[in-house]
Amino acid sequence: MERVPILKIGQVLLVSIQVDLQDQTVLALQEDLADRIVRTGARGVIIDITAVDIVDSFIGRMFATIASMSRLMDAETVVVGMRPAVAITLVELGLSLGGVRTALDLEKGMRLLGAPLPTIGSGAVDGP
Amino acid sequence: MTTPGGDGVPIASNDDVVRVRQLVRAAAAAAGMSLVDQTKIVTAASELARNTFVHGGGGSARVESVVNARGRAGVRLVFTDSGGGIPDVAQALTEGWTSGGGLGLGLPGARRLADEFELETEVGRGTTVTVTKWTR
Repeated sequence: MERVPILKIGQVLLVSIQVDLQDQTVLALQEDLADRIVRTGARGVIIDITAVDIVDSFIGRMFATIASMSRLMDAETVVVGMRPAVAITLVELGLSLGGVRTALDLEKGMRLLGAPLPTIGSGAVDGP
Repeated sequence: MTTPGGDGVPIASNDDVVRVRQLVRAAAAAAGMSLVDQTKIVTAASELARNTFVHGGGGSARVESVVNARGRAGVRLVFTDSGGGIPDVAQALTEGWTSGGGLGLGLPGARRLADEFELETEVGRGTTVTVTKWTR
């Protein structure tokens, strides 16, 4: 079974899913995340699904579970990068992902969490 | 394209569920389906493969390329298990009803995502679910 790596950027934990998710991987991720939130005191979790080509009801439930679990530990969850075809399919499947915050991409997700965006080099200006 | 062996690929582990998704993706792309339709049939396959593994105690999946009378290409998936069967089909097809820890979207969701849906089940003997999706 593959494990999904969890990266820490400031107060935010970033999970970028790059593998075909099987159920055991999903369950392990929930546990790993809960553990990391407690150990790091992270205030936010971003789940990047840019590379995920399907979200079925099991994976969708995982997002909802992670969101409520992290909320109990004082961290907000944002799911970012959902592909259009995945969004269309989820709606038809009848999965609303209620309670899960979403953003179009990683940058917008970071903003939503109020996390400072990194600036590279001196004098780099990052928009308004 | 029919998966080799005639009986299809075994579904005996969570890894097999992933493998079935990949096979269905390849077949849907080969049939010329749009990305959205590929995603729909692969998602349906994922729900049904998980049902076969979790509720049916394992089984097999057959992935077939089909062409209808009007020459339209499609993909037909047949999931078979010899598990306990479904005692109440109407209930199993009801949204939100679940016999396990799921959301109760597996069967009704797969039915909505496919163009054709067929369910045969016998208590104590097993279940076969057949879904078909056509290119538009």
